[in-house]
Amino acid sequence: MDFTYDSEQNDLREAVAGLLGRAYSDSEQRRRVTATDPGFDEKTWARLAEMGVLGLPFPEEDGGMGAGPIEVAVVAEEIGRVLAPEPFVEAVVLAGGLVAAVGTAAQRAAVLGPLAEGSSVLALAHAEPATRWSPSAAAVTATQDGGAWRLTGVKEPVPNGARADVLVVSAVTDGGTALFLVRGDAEGLARTGYRTHDGGRAANVTLDGTPAELLGEGTADRSADVERAQALARIAYSAEAIGAMDTALKTTAEYLKTRKQFGVTLNRFQALTFRAADMYVSLELARSTALWASMVADAGGDVVAAAVRARLQTSRAGRHIGKEAIQLHGGIGVTAEYSVGHYTSRLTAIDHLLGDGDWAADRLAATVDSYPTVDPLGAPYTGA
Amino acid sequence: MRLQLSPEMEAFRDEMRTFFTTQVPQEIRDKVAAHRHLTREQYAQAQQVLNAAGLAVPHWPVEWGGKDWTPLQRHIWREEMQLASVPEPLAFNASMIGPVIAAFGNQEQKERFLAKTANLDIWWCQGFSEPDAGSDLASLRTTAVRDGDDWVVNGQKTWTTLGQYADWIFCLVRTDPTAEKKQRGISMLVFPMDTPGVTLRPIELIDGGHEVNEVFFEDVRVPADNLIGEENRGWDYAKFLLGNERVGIARVGATKKLISQAKAHAREVVVGGRPLSEDPRLTARIAELENELLALELTALRVVANSADGKPHPASSVLKLRGSELQQAATELLVDIAGPLSVASFADGGSQVPDWARVATPQYLNYRKVSIYGGSNEVQRTIIAGTILGL
Ligand SMILES: Cc1cc2nc3c(=O)[nH]c(=O)nc-3n(C[C@H](O)[C@H](O)[C@H](O)COP(=O)(O)OP(=O)(O)OC[C@H]3O[C@@H](n4cnc5c(N)ncnc54)[C@H](O)[C@@H]3O)c2cc1C
Repeated sequence: MDFTYDSEQNDLREAVAGLLGRAYSDSEQRRRVTATDPGFDEKTWARLAEMGVLGLPFPEEDGGMGAGPIEVAVVAEEIGRVLAPEPFVEAVVLAGGLVAAVGTAAQRAAVLGPLAEGSSVLALAHAEPATRWSPSAAAVTATQDGGAWRLTGVKEPVPNGARADVLVVSAVTDGGTALFLVRGDAEGLARTGYRTHDGGRAANVTLDGTPAELLGEGTADRSADVERAQALARIAYSAEAIGAMDTALKTTAEYLKTRKQFGVTLNRFQALTFRAADMYVSLELARSTALWASMVADAGGDVVAAAVRARLQTSRAGRHIGKEAIQLHGGIGVTAEYSVGHYTSRLTAIDHLLGDGDWAADRLAATVDSYPTVDPLGAPYTGA
Repeated sequence: MRLQLSPEMEAFRDEMRTFFTTQVPQEIRDKVAAHRHLTREQYAQAQQVLNAAGLAVPHWPVEWGGKDWTPLQRHIWREEMQLASVPEPLAFNASMIGPVIAAFGNQEQKERFLAKTANLDIWWCQGFSEPDAGSDLASLRTTAVRDGDDWVVNGQKTWTTLGQYADWIFCLVRTDPTAEKKQRGISMLVFPMDTPGVTLRPIELIDGGHEVNEVFFEDVRVPADNLIGEENRGWDYAKFLLGNERVGIARVGATKKLISQAKAHAREVVVGGRPLSEDPRLTARIAELENELLALELTALRVVANSADGKPHPASSVLKLRGSELQQAATELLVDIAGPLSVASFADGGSQVPDWARVATPQYLNYRKVSIYGGSNEVQRTIIAGTILGL
């Protein structure tokens, strides 16, 4: 076991941190970008593409960089650190990851190449208003008409669903949940985008006999593929949350050193510095778990199981750090003009997008009786 | 010791409940229940309905529209109001400046302000906090210098809640910069928000709302008559006022309302074929929250019953501390019940996300404020540790 990054990974971090640090050097820049659609900066998106970030996890033959979960985590952490609104986890890890896992060679080339180049934004339209965090579709159905598939039903909330050039849509067929590609300009597709509380965008995507292309071969149930892609995205979100928590804590510590009340800086009050110390404890425990989960993914271990553990730890830590960061700032913490509240908002969104801490705890609770102890370096976390 | 309310108090509670649920416009109560912001007119309308029935300022002296109620009656009045989603009378008027003028103002000021304050014909805002004077309020730097028959005010206030609606501001200003103790050189001035030299800058909060402002004063001339009470005694009035603010701060009724809404929504959200209301983790969490709230309500009742002599019961400081935490826990519960739908905060037409789920996260984020304002929870702990435990 080795928690250190190699030099290429360090270079990647430096490059991404440099780019995003310049784009979002203060929280005003982010506010400006998120104020208008599509809620992220197309130029920054293009630069991420030039850097290879948008094709990071995909095989080279599909137009990607052939990197793995560790590199994905490195990028996601830097996204979180400055709260970059570019939908790296949503478009690349989640939607792209599913196409990479399920698509035919032709589909992978057609979809992942343009995604990696930055010329096409991809979104996963999987959640439905009544499915919560299920890996299966429920009310969106797919029917075959001649050889052609048509989809009907409502997907919501779909992150970046209004901006996406191509949507990966899950729908119910006789075989269970199948996956489809739908073009943004397809007939019978209505999209209503809106702002999410964290400055991002989501959409209601209403399909009404919308033509679609089956993703991959056959209509056997794809729920397990969705679950695996969600797990990899959960692990990436854990890294994004670590980046966000790290900045929230640093910002808070800095504030305690500079804000004066009662004639002294706030760091003279141990009641406050101990709370910052507890935030650090939460952060480091979550960081270890998030790193471990990305190593499990890298080693070919059970990503679904590892993701649930990382989810639980980062969810609890994110709430703790998000709340305390605001509280220790006092009034300025709840303003939109200061950065720290935005971090709490983003941590809250990440927490609820793919299953929250209680959801993860329920998953774990269901299996505690099936093993004697948890061994992070043993089955099922290490690959064959 | 006796558990039941007396028959008179039962009748009083029914009377309050009936009034609040039948006389205050439904549209306004629905908006409060939906956690949407009221317009200025709606606040005024609701308060005027209450005031017409003598229910806006029952805690004021009888002479100025108050009712000679017991603390228990006031408690019932407030809780029933919150349970019925009736917007409470504007705190700046009813709990802050009104009682201060009634207690310390001169006769002319009482006649000039009190009736209009009770009826929200004057909307007041609170100009206490400054950028460098938050928890350490006594270090405030806004000055008022006497010039003939006027005070000339210079400086800045911040966090001024709903200052954009306000007609008048009550301000703490430094009138004696040489006073030995900084608390001693402070006075309370009141003046119209449209006085020349007053400017307002909105502050956007994390939920996107415009609820607080910065207020700047540049050579604002305020007639000497507008000094409340005695010069350099403003700190005493502020302490009196903040003591009043703590009354009803537990907001038990409002939190109960949030929890009952959470339960109703949990019945609508189906997970794996079962309503979320049957999820053992969620129901256990609700049960714990309700029990904490029960303990708080009982403490509030115990405290009001024991403070009939006018002195606050020492345990009243737990009301703000725990009351704010439970309000926050209830808003967090709603976000968690909304689950993935909780991101859809600014969805509009064309969305299937129910309204309650849209507002859940902005409200949760906004409610981080309740443990910050009105004496932060750290300040409350300092009071408990110092004043009560003698530490
Ligand atoms: C939404 C909102 C509405 C408001 N409305 C009004 C209004 O209408 N009028 C008005 O005058 N004010 C208003 N306030 C201001 C409010 O009263 C202040 O925010 C509050 O007093 C805290 O001050 P501060 O924000 O400067 O934080 P600070 O005092 O800087 O505190 C920062 C942190 O340090 C902690 N802290 C400070 N001193 C100590 C200590 N000695 N020991 C331990 N911990 C300490 C605090 O608890 C907090 O966690 C409002 C605030 C908010 C957020």
